[in-house]
Amino acid sequence: MSTRLATGGRLIDRSRAVTFQFDGRQYRGFAGDTLAAALLANDQVMMGRSFKYHRPRGAVAYGAEEPNALVNLGLGSRLEPNQRATQQDLFDGLTAESQNRWPSLDHDIGAVNSAVARFLPAGFYYKTFISPRPFWKHIYEPFIRRSAGLGRAPQAADADTYEHLHVHCDVLVAGGGIAGIGAALTAAETGARVILLEQSGHWGGRAMVDAPEIDGTPAEYWVRNAIQRLESMQNVTLRLRAQVTGVYDHGYALANERLTDHLAPAGGPRHRLWRIRAGRIVAASGAIERPLSFAGNDVPGVMLASAVRDYLTNHAVSPGDRTVVVTNNDDAYRTALALVGAGLIVPAIVDARPESDSDLIRAARAAGIRVEFGRAIARVKGRKRVTGVQLCLHAGEGAVLEEIACEAVAMSGGWSPVVHLWSHCGGKLVWDDARAMFRPDAARPPTGDDGAGFVRAVGAANGELRSAAVLADAMGDSAPPASDAAESPLLPVWLMPQGAAVHLREKMWLDYQNDVKVSDVQLAAREGYASVEHAKRYTTLGMATDQGKLSNINGLAVLSDALNQPLPQTGTTTFRPPYTPLTFGAIAGSARGDLFQPIRKTAMHDWHLAHGAEMEPVGQWQRPYAFRRDGETLHDAVNREVLAVRQGVGLLDASTLGKIVVKGPDAGRFLDMLYTGVMSTLAVGKCRYGLMCSEQGFMIDDGVVARLAEDTFLVHTTTGGADRIHAHMEDWLQCEWWDWQVFTANLTEEYAQIAVVGPRAREVLERLGGMDVSKPALPFMTWAEGTLGGFPVRVYRISFSGELSYEIAVPQGQGLALWQALADAGAGLGITPYGTEALHVLRAEKGFIMIGDETDGTVIPQDLGLGWAISKKKADYVGKRGQERPAMTDSRRWRLVGLTAEGGAVLPEGAYAVAAGVNPNGQRNVQGRVTSTYFSPTLGRGIAMGLVERGPERMGEWLEFGTPDKGWIRAQITDPVVYDKDGEKSDV
Amino acid sequence: MSDAVTVAALAPAGMVSLRGALDDPALVACVTGLTGAAMPAPLTIASGPQGQVAWMSPDELLLFVADAAAAVAAIGQALAGRHHLAADVSDMRSVYALAGPGARGVLAKVVPVDLHPAVFVPGTFRRTRVGQVAGAVWLEADGQFRVIAFRSVGDYVAALLRQSAEDGTVGLWQG
Repeated sequence: MSTRLATGGRLIDRSRAVTFQFDGRQYRGFAGDTLAAALLANDQVMMGRSFKYHRPRGAVAYGAEEPNALVNLGLGSRLEPNQRATQQDLFDGLTAESQNRWPSLDHDIGAVNSAVARFLPAGFYYKTFISPRPFWKHIYEPFIRRSAGLGRAPQAADADTYEHLHVHCDVLVAGGGIAGIGAALTAAETGARVILLEQSGHWGGRAMVDAPEIDGTPAEYWVRNAIQRLESMQNVTLRLRAQVTGVYDHGYALANERLTDHLAPAGGPRHRLWRIRAGRIVAASGAIERPLSFAGNDVPGVMLASAVRDYLTNHAVSPGDRTVVVTNNDDAYRTALALVGAGLIVPAIVDARPESDSDLIRAARAAGIRVEFGRAIARVKGRKRVTGVQLCLHAGEGAVLEEIACEAVAMSGGWSPVVHLWSHCGGKLVWDDARAMFRPDAARPPTGDDGAGFVRAVGAANGELRSAAVLADAMGDSAPPASDAAESPLLPVWLMPQGAAVHLREKMWLDYQNDVKVSDVQLAAREGYASVEHAKRYTTLGMATDQGKLSNINGLAVLSDALNQPLPQTGTTTFRPPYTPLTFGAIAGSARGDLFQPIRKTAMHDWHLAHGAEMEPVGQWQRPYAFRRDGETLHDAVNREVLAVRQGVGLLDASTLGKIVVKGPDAGRFLDMLYTGVMSTLAVGKCRYGLMCSEQGFMIDDGVVARLAEDTFLVHTTTGGADRIHAHMEDWLQCEWWDWQVFTANLTEEYAQIAVVGPRAREVLERLGGMDVSKPALPFMTWAEGTLGGFPVRVYRISFSGELSYEIAVPQGQGLALWQALADAGAGLGITPYGTEALHVLRAEKGFIMIGDETDGTVIPQDLGLGWAISKKKADYVGKRGQERPAMTDSRRWRLVGLTAEGGAVLPEGAYAVAAGVNPNGQRNVQGRVTSTYFSPTLGRGIAMGLVERGPERMGEWLEFGTPDKGWIRAQITDPVVYDKDGEKSDV
Repeated sequence: MSDAVTVAALAPAGMVSLRGALDDPALVACVTGLTGAAMPAPLTIASGPQGQVAWMSPDELLLFVADAAAAVAAIGQALAGRHHLAADVSDMRSVYALAGPGARGVLAKVVPVDLHPAVFVPGTFRRTRVGQVAGAVWLEADGQFRVIAFRSVGDYVAALLRQSAEDGTVGLWQG
């Protein structure tokens, strides 16, 4: 059994016991433990079950690379699935649950999958569930979804808060081992602004366990001194529990700092996502030990040799009395020596190499350890925990030579540099035959805007595994001397034994979490998946939450062998950020609740809410949809508002309309190019409606232009168009007509704009007084400046409703006061605030189009009967040539008409008018669609507009519209203007 | 808490947007005359006895003056016949003050600007993003930041800054 030794453990504080729960049981650990270490100390070797076969699994690693020991961490509003027990620091009251098992970890029904494993090979789902086709959607997929997934998704909203932090630096160092510390020191001594981040809670990395000598002192002393030196420097920022998770273009990097994960729920943000702009990034991210592929390498108790050493040295955890070490290199001998040094037994070191010699090997022999060269593990015995191993010849097929009883297996297949940060932004790798690893190719780094590399990999991340070389790589000439034991060459081992028969290969796990075995990758190769990216997706190798940190290189090697090509020719899959999964909370930061998205409010926003407004989003603005009174439905309210405007007077908050000032000697010429009509001939004091198109000729905006002065125009845009059209203007001015003398200013936010609309609108304004608003003084389509009730205003006689209408602009700060003054002045006249839906009904009754309803990016003004707003005289305007393309002049284009449904019905939004026959896809042909449709309280029936093939030529024809729930609705093609065709009511 | 950061909305101020040739001596004379401030270098704000001038872009300034309408009229006279655009934008934006020793860290959570004390010195002015909206920040004096954003999103910006302050300082750039 695995247990805690009586002495040792450099990270634990035996005076501080910590209690925690796992699967409902109470356990005890020590401060300084990780959850995995504490579970191992309590003989809880099995920590989860695998995804596909529900095989019992224990921790195989010590850190971020762990694929097996994933838990549901926390409860309720703090529940988080798929958390690595190896990275979770223990705290009092920690609660964790194992995953992917039912009813319990020990007795799991899903484990039956394992019994039929031979029938669940790679691609099983693709092959099995392909037919009959309809079964996929209704039967297979729902079933597979139910049984899929590891952790449980939390049901409650996250109780924690998160924040972002933007920082800039000259040098960002990722990784606080001796390489990262050394690189940070070297950079900091030059005065550079340095940020050094370490993902774990401790500085020093592997050197703290393997203890080389640095600068004549134990590594631990050197690390402590170096950190003290860095902490004393003003230009250095250091953080523990902060993982650089991704590197992006232009030296941008993300790092996640876990502020409170190691504490019982506390105040303050839980994670802080650092958004870093770095001049240069040093990837000192270390290396990860590789498993060996032998049968039963996934049985709980089989661990990486370095992990065994870490648990032993850092937490005084014994993996069991007897640990067999299996290796292809010298480094694993350190584990054997550490175990024996702690008084435990290493029955044998099983070394696949035919023979080898080094100080470490001699030391192992001197310690009385039996070393077997040329041997391999044929099979691990045991199911929920290791009970022994069978040995065989590595060169053979797996004939069992002997059996050794043991509780644990420490395996080492060599080391793979953590090249993720180097590769995220395009750094290339090179295969190093001697070290059997992909390592960064210094000649092909990720490049910045200057074409130079902006990431440098140092130390183990660069393939340097010996302390002296690590420090020299990180620090150059300033590196202190360092020494550790010399090592003899390793032997690449991708299959153990090398000639293993198929029944063994079916039990050799490559990807533990996704249950991908050597036999699966070989099958994929046989079935023609030659590309590593295809083989990955077919087998799901490396697609689990650990993204193949342990499995990728071994899987590539097996694939290469199956394809009979050298490993570098197979290449690697793509390294993508984040390095380990980020919780959604960290990504969202403070953008939740009220801060989820900014809401734009007008000066009258609160008044609207206080007066029953149902708000709707228009872009990021919130606008009243309608003002509901007691007992009214929303529909009632809209009808009441429409009639109030038609019969009396209404009040509309039009502040959201875009207001862009265009000024300069070339302003008229500029607007003539942007609009389809002519604006340069507009007289000062007058207004004109205009259409704007994209270069392709499609309508992008419309609105009224007022000429404020000889060289100054005010352009009104749609609510959603203000920023877009302003950018459109600047685009043309800055990129195309840079020599034209025109300045623009987007003053949308400067002015509140209030429309007073209806036959009695003038009376309301006259009650406020201050300026002449009579027809002679202020006729239709003119504007004037003055005061109304003491407010400084600019009044436009423009109408989007067909009624007498004044749009009054006033500085935002006075918007609410003017609104209230107008409401008070009109109280005796029944003045009625109205919302966007009444606005829509009013404009639709008049046949006015709305950008976004009648237009959808494929509509040209000619489609909408707006030819009158297009100048025939102008040589050019933006969109003119686009509108001359054959498809735009095709007489069969769908054009704007009114639609009157049989029986006064309201047509459904977006309904299609069908035509005879079917198209090549077997779908019914169509000849038009509804673009706007409302109930008109003015007429007491439904009204609609639509785009219909040759529409205006077919007045009086009947069309059939399909609906999802009301069968077919017949409607007649009519004039789109159903109210005051001659426009007499607005021009009074 | 000694490093607590306060967020306060400032009273409406007179503001004028001025676009023109920033190297035109007439424009320079007009702006410096109105504010008493020197012409700001790019990415800075200059202060004078009667007002401030912020550099917004290679052809745009933002003036802070007591009487914006009078300033617009004065600019119109001074630059008559010269291509320019001056507009009273006093109601267009809201201004917030962020104060306290930890203000840099609190602000660094919401703006992607290099706020290092050696870089972001008093007088530095940066148009940037404040959370999810456009805005600008400058340092009025040590520990005294100003944040400006469009009026319609004022509530959002104020809430964002307050949340950031409430979440606490970040342990960077103390002292």
